[in-house]
Amino acid sequence: MQTFRFELGDLPAEAESLRAEVREFLRRELGDAAPVRRAHSWGGFDREFSRKMGARGWIGMTWPKRYGGHERSALERYVLLEEMLAAGAPVSAHWIADRQSGPLLLRFGTEAQREKFLPAITRGELAFAIGMSEPDSGSDLASLRTRAERVAGGYRVNGTKVWTSNAHLADYMIATFRTHHDPAKKHEGLTQFLVDTKLEGITMSPIIDLAGSHHFNMVVFEDAFVPEDMRVGEEGAGWKQVTTELAFERSGPERYLSSFALVLELIREVGKDPGERAAATVGRLVAHLTTLRQMSLSVALMLQAGENPNLEAAVVKDVGTTFEQEVPEVVHALLGVEPTIDSGSDLQQVLGFLTQRAPSFSLRGGTREILRGIIARGLGLR
Amino acid sequence: MNELRTILGDVVTRLFTDRVTKELLESAEQGQWPDDLWQAVEENGLTLPLVPESKGGAGGTWGDALVVVRAAGRHAVPLPLAETIVGSWFLSEAGLEAPSGPLTIAPVHRDDTLRLTRAGAGWRLSGTAARVPWGRAAGHVVIVTGVEGRPMVALTARGAGEVTLDQNLAREPRDTLVFDAAPVVAAAPAGGRVPANAVWLYGALVRSAQMAGGLDYLLRQASQYATERRQFGKPIGSFQAIQQNLAVLAGHTAAAGTAAAHAFRAADRGDPAFEIAAAKVRVGEAAGIGASITHQAHGAIGFTYEHALHFVTRRLWSWRAEFGGEGDWAVELGRSVAERGADALWPHLTAR
Repeated sequence: MQTFRFELGDLPAEAESLRAEVREFLRRELGDAAPVRRAHSWGGFDREFSRKMGARGWIGMTWPKRYGGHERSALERYVLLEEMLAAGAPVSAHWIADRQSGPLLLRFGTEAQREKFLPAITRGELAFAIGMSEPDSGSDLASLRTRAERVAGGYRVNGTKVWTSNAHLADYMIATFRTHHDPAKKHEGLTQFLVDTKLEGITMSPIIDLAGSHHFNMVVFEDAFVPEDMRVGEEGAGWKQVTTELAFERSGPERYLSSFALVLELIREVGKDPGERAAATVGRLVAHLTTLRQMSLSVALMLQAGENPNLEAAVVKDVGTTFEQEVPEVVHALLGVEPTIDSGSDLQQVLGFLTQRAPSFSLRGGTREILRGIIARGLGLR
Repeated sequence: MNELRTILGDVVTRLFTDRVTKELLESAEQGQWPDDLWQAVEENGLTLPLVPESKGGAGGTWGDALVVVRAAGRHAVPLPLAETIVGSWFLSEAGLEAPSGPLTIAPVHRDDTLRLTRAGAGWRLSGTAARVPWGRAAGHVVIVTGVEGRPMVALTARGAGEVTLDQNLAREPRDTLVFDAAPVVAAAPAGGRVPANAVWLYGALVRSAQMAGGLDYLLRQASQYATERRQFGKPIGSFQAIQQNLAVLAGHTAAAGTAAAHAFRAADRGDPAFEIAAAKVRVGEAAGIGASITHQAHGAIGFTYEHALHFVTRRLWSWRAEFGGEGDWAVELGRSVAERGADALWPHLTAR
């Protein structure tokens, strides 16, 4: 059995001084944004906001300067992220590129790809989507079937991607296709590509979520031509790259803060002098929150120290998403108010939004069951 | 973790692994005071981590004490070690000498008050303190109580009060002490970091760490059992149902360890009430769920006296209620959060 290490540590002074700067920026930019807007958290898409973030040097802030980055520490970036999420800033137009696509290109992309894409990402001008899941490939990601066949100068792509969040708004997609098929070795033969969402041969259609919102898409490729120089990494290296990419997104503050707006509304609702039951509910939620923040921060500190806390990161995501999903439950149990869409109090609207959003917290980026399987492997059970 | 703490961790693990055997735990449950174990713990300098070296202690920090207390929980050490660590710190913060031998702390219940009154040049102690840990075995009792609105620390010796024996679920002594103008060995105004509710507060702190240690044991034990026990021709750990449950246990164990460490760090920085409340809530919740999952994974064998699992699970069930349960601390924490208001929550969390 592997042992867990969640050591506490302190953020460096430069990260704390950045915090003050970020708070001031958010106060000015978000002003009196409605709580239900803030509850969208990293779901809010606003290119203008992303450009302002880019102008402050807050996108790709850890990347090398020669690609438009700012060579600041991962801990400064961590502080930036947690402040953005706690305030409910609309970060979605640069979120995926900053968190996954950019780091992927830095690690596996060609020099030309880095020079072309990274500076534009850091300016907040390029939005990315991720094309992984398919109609028959969800948790069993390695079974994906969208084919990229070699043709002169590049690849011809046929197949269908689903759940591709914000593909209809994004400029590019990092998509994983099958370049080689051997039924006995499904993890081999996968390759990643940079795909221009405006390519000929791509048809997008919305998949409306249960709340009536459009962020998911179905993306159909019919003889779409992807040039050779848009391949990311070697042919067949896709699985390793994808699993690296997924590990980037497990332990961040976005895995426990999704329902933070509702915690705040609950505290407003119970007032300065709450009864015992209300106080106990708030106290318990805050005990979980402060512990999760320390766990998430601990993983960030290990990453900064060059360690590989994969197991710890999986634990943070599992415990964090469980908490996020519990918040609407306990608010319901305490207050018994009806969740609403556009009517009622701020609390009712935030509750309405998060009640409908919460099921996705333990699905996105890998289901809870898959994640717990990863943890079980760390415990030596498989 | 610094090197000193790594060494300290190795020392306590070796000592407890060698000495805290199933036989020793069974005899302790039957009322036998494990004196050899106490002597060994004291000789290894584990009882006074927070007392300055000039006063015979280790001159360490709460962070060092955490290593000892968490290990004591992991091994279900049947001694008032956590109580001695806290009691000796109260004494040294008040400028009093910590006597050798086991200490306990009182009063444990929030409603119990012990009255300290002047008697000539010294002091006398009166009142009842229920469920005092190891009340019968401790050589001295360290008391924190208010005198004219200011916290005082007082020390009484064994025999100063009348003892009525009782126990918790793990059959650890939890005795009632009745003092009737009892003699006081020494008393002094409490140090600045020791408030009037310090027994309640720091009792909750050390129980959190003991429970976090207990959960460490449960996770290791359950993972090991699941790889050894075979049913349907394979280890039960190869079934997804078991894997999923143990992954949940891992999450609670990680949260418990983090919450306890956060509170100990706050104790070193001063003003730890927020973190201690959060730890007692978070760790107590983990203890209940963790014990349940571990028993489920062990099946009927884990429910027997023969199997050692219960030495830890029965302690967890008692410890989560001692020095305030999750409910008490959640109310306290919730009130402090509500009083500061919603807009202060995030700045508060990030400043801790």
